[in-house]
Amino acid sequence: MEASGAAARASRLRPRETARAGGRASTAVSVGIISTFLTVIVVLPIAALVWESKQSGAHAFWQAVSNPLAVAALKLTFGAAFIVVLINGTLGTATAWVLVRDNFRGKSLVNAVIDLPFALPTIVAGLTLLALYGPRSPVGIHVAYTRTAIVLALCFVTLPFVVRTVQPVLLELDTEMEEAARSLGARQTAVFRRIVLPNLLPGILSGAVLALARALGEIGSLVLLAGNIPGHTQVASVYILNEIESGNSAGAAAVAVVLLGASFVLLLAVGALRFFVTRYERA
Amino acid sequence: MRRLLIPALILPVACACAGAAEARQAGTTINLVAYSTPKPVMQKLISRFGHTSAGTGVSFSQSYGPSGSQARAIAAGQPASIAFLSTGLDIDTLADAGVVAKNWNKAPYGGIAADSVVAFVVRAGNPKHIHGWSDLVKPSVQVVTPNPFSSGSAKWNVLAAYGAARKSGMSDHKALQFVTKLFKHVVSQDTSGSNAANTFFSGKGDVLITYESEAYSALATGNKGELVVPKPTMLIELPMVALKDAPSAAKAFITYAHAPKQQAIFAANGYRPVVKSVLERQNLASWAKKYKTGPTFNIRDRLFGGWLKANRVWFDPNTGRMVGIERAVGGG
Repeated sequence: MEASGAAARASRLRPRETARAGGRASTAVSVGIISTFLTVIVVLPIAALVWESKQSGAHAFWQAVSNPLAVAALKLTFGAAFIVVLINGTLGTATAWVLVRDNFRGKSLVNAVIDLPFALPTIVAGLTLLALYGPRSPVGIHVAYTRTAIVLALCFVTLPFVVRTVQPVLLELDTEMEEAARSLGARQTAVFRRIVLPNLLPGILSGAVLALARALGEIGSLVLLAGNIPGHTQVASVYILNEIESGNSAGAAAVAVVLLGASFVLLLAVGALRFFVTRYERA
Repeated sequence: MRRLLIPALILPVACACAGAAEARQAGTTINLVAYSTPKPVMQKLISRFGHTSAGTGVSFSQSYGPSGSQARAIAAGQPASIAFLSTGLDIDTLADAGVVAKNWNKAPYGGIAADSVVAFVVRAGNPKHIHGWSDLVKPSVQVVTPNPFSSGSAKWNVLAAYGAARKSGMSDHKALQFVTKLFKHVVSQDTSGSNAANTFFSGKGDVLITYESEAYSALATGNKGELVVPKPTMLIELPMVALKDAPSAAKAFITYAHAPKQQAIFAANGYRPVVKSVLERQNLASWAKKYKTGPTFNIRDRLFGGWLKANRVWFDPNTGRMVGIERAVGGG
């Protein structure tokens, strides 16, 4: 009934409005589908996590998250993730630049290598890095079981994010803009700072967000490589694992909620920053 | 496909068997859920069990993994008929979940299938001269042991260190200080026993604290190192229990595992048999000698008072003694 009424109304509308009404209906359907999907896949598990963390009361929650070793693990995790985002934000962008703007032999091979960290199960990445940076390092780098190793492992697993988000932006970027600037006498640094960087920044930020989120949650590559000394080289994910393994799932959930909450704030902040740098595109 | 295949294979065998017992057993599946290292031994036992009258027509599904994770999986509903885990504590987890009888340790041999002891693996030639517990806290000695909160096997290590200190005449306070000092020498607290072994055999540290049985299996696969059994050390008891709703063949298998021939298989693979008489066998003479390492103490010692008490005192995630030790290490 209602559908046929809507169809009758639609038939009286001019073509442009018909399109708009149809668009609105399909928007409602797609929003419905997407929000159901997100609820089942993301929101419900997170709600369950928060529920679990509240199980033993506010006092137990506070006790779990104020444990000095939990605080140390969280600090280490966020600190390492920040450093990793800075490194990969810079070098990942440079890598994308070289892959798009320069031509050299074996470029497609390098391009394929970028995605390898994604294909490798992270525990294998941990084993590989242990062989490389461990006591029997064939290249003489002995950083395993230190915080440096944590940063290196996280750089390894998050590298593809920045490269792969910046690459398509660079491909789209019209070089005519840069040529025009140069012909008007702008120096290379000015061209980069005033033309290239503003165009790339949204892509870099998107990649940085993905890399940050991944670095905060990473566990597989670190369990073998980090040494996991509480208070020194134990990251939040390993701390949480230990709590679960010792039967303290409420404590584990409490620390996980803090990790998740802080991540969410950080992701929102980067999102806001991205909104700010793209303000001219929307205008 | 496999589900169809197994009955299809078993059916003719069952029909051929005249005995009613065999016919009743036909189609029985035993789900063995075990910790990781005894896999080779268990596979030998299972293939031999198939040739006995009790084992005819019984098929096995086998799952191997870290002991604590396996216990939690069973408690959460993973199908299991026999649990073979690395600490009695993990069986207590199952008893708490109601899937194993509370009095599981009243079974023959206390529900234990084999023993081991807490042992050290040192570098070839023992360059740091590590022979006993006190050598672990000598300057520059680097120790590898898993984190006792994530790994059941490390709980044995912690209690062994404390117990040995007490047995050497230290007070409770002094012994606790010794364990704290020991953990300041720990350079990698891995999440599991196998990760710790991985760390040690990839070159980190001077000594790995592990089970004697794990050490034998690691050294047998070509890793380089030497086994040192400290005096005294802690007896590790490896429980194998049938679950409440397991088929009768599961109990038959556990009885079979306690028979002298099967105990001899354990003995020849680095596990100390619970049926001690098998060590008098000629072909096990060299193993019998290896297992004569000196005094041991166990979890029922007055120092610990059984797993439940020891776990509460030492490894409660909020108030356990180990929490204090980890904080002292983390802050220092």
